[in-house]
Amino acid sequence: MLTKRIIPCLDVKDGRVVKGTSFVNLRDAGDPVELASFYYKEGADELVFLDITATPDGRNTMVEVVERISEQVFMPLTVGGGLRTIDDMRRMLKAGADKVSINTAAVLNPTLISEGAKRFGSQCIVVAIDAKRVPDSQPQKWLVHITSGQQPTEKDAVSWAKEAVKLGAGEILLTSMDADGHKTGYDIELNRAISEAVSVPVIASGGAGSVQDMEKALTAGKADAVLAASIFHYGTHAIRDIKQSLAKNGIAVRF
Amino acid sequence: MIAIIDYGAGNLRSVVNAIIKLGYQPNVTSDAADVPKADALILPGVGAAGSTVGSLKKLGLAEPVKDYIAAGRPFLGICIGLQVLFTDTEEGGEQECLGVIPGRVKKLPPGLKIPHMGWNQVKQKMAHPLFTDIPDETNFYFVHSYYVAPDDPSIVAGETEYGISFCSAIIRGKLAATQFHPEKSGEHGLKMYDNFLKFVAGQAA
Repeated sequence: MLTKRIIPCLDVKDGRVVKGTSFVNLRDAGDPVELASFYYKEGADELVFLDITATPDGRNTMVEVVERISEQVFMPLTVGGGLRTIDDMRRMLKAGADKVSINTAAVLNPTLISEGAKRFGSQCIVVAIDAKRVPDSQPQKWLVHITSGQQPTEKDAVSWAKEAVKLGAGEILLTSMDADGHKTGYDIELNRAISEAVSVPVIASGGAGSVQDMEKALTAGKADAVLAASIFHYGTHAIRDIKQSLAKNGIAVRF
Repeated sequence: MIAIIDYGAGNLRSVVNAIIKLGYQPNVTSDAADVPKADALILPGVGAAGSTVGSLKKLGLAEPVKDYIAAGRPFLGICIGLQVLFTDTEEGGEQECLGVIPGRVKKLPPGLKIPHMGWNQVKQKMAHPLFTDIPDETNFYFVHSYYVAPDDPSIVAGETEYGISFCSAIIRGKLAATQFHPEKSGEHGLKMYDNFLKFVAGQAA
């Protein structure tokens, strides 16, 4: 049986992991290579790196970081953040990433999805969607936001997910902007709406505060994987403990 | 020489990294002349079987690879490197493959998420040195939309459930091939490369 994936997400700026990390056992918690190795040993199923660097120099640093991680860590790696062209994607894949995640660039230029899928295969192309609830909409609607969530678009999140898959996306990384950072649970309705609308796997992101939140996203939310950042980085929940709790409640996970 | 075939599409780096991590020195090559000289030949791959066969032919690698396998030499195929060995594939209409293993490559049935992406168990169907120190039902990382259906059931070395039970590994003599990605499957995946190189190809790290 296919297991549900637990995916830590690391924000990297100029080659350093940002957002607090409070692991006592790490010599340098800001080193993405060391943190990636830690999660690898902890039993993470996959890792997502979000490059929040704005400069070309920082981007080169990210390529080196991916190269170093792929020498140490033998599990799937997704890299996103600021990838705008086929060449950007190629550099990351060549450095050792298995998948690239595109968000704003995909909305502004949807052919990037089809071109990327054609060159590298759909399984490499993750379309990340930042979605925000439209208040009082009936039935419930969510709008796609771009530029790190700062800029609203007219796009309906469910329709956009469908379109992205039609263009060749192999996976959807879905972040609820309403839930993100609040640690009060994923947006289950959003997750289910998108997961039921598309044929490809959906990663739920935004809002994880507890194991129960993850369980809900994977059951009621029909997500194939859950992504989280702070819940892991601050050492509140060890991955192995999370998996044990999920397994106890009948969810297939890998140990 | 441990040769990893580079046909321009597959992401080779993680395969190379895995083998280096185990202490071996692999050679990445797209030179047909290197194929007969190899002590172990590895064909990795992501993408589509049809276009991979096309690339191999264009680089003049298809015939040397077929000859190498026909001579019973140590060969490891990964993902698309498994699928291209078969007679033909349903992917992209009907496309011919290398025809080394009689059988078809078929689309996974509808009803579940496609691609089949993530960690899933491999049920070992034979005792073989390739599985040394790898427990039965170990999870390996998969990402694929098509699966292989060999005509000869005796070559099925591993099976995996996803809507159906499909063949996730084959072994025939010194030829081994997996649908999953051992280079993305943690310590047990590395172990599988080590087992292949040590016990099938007789290489020392």
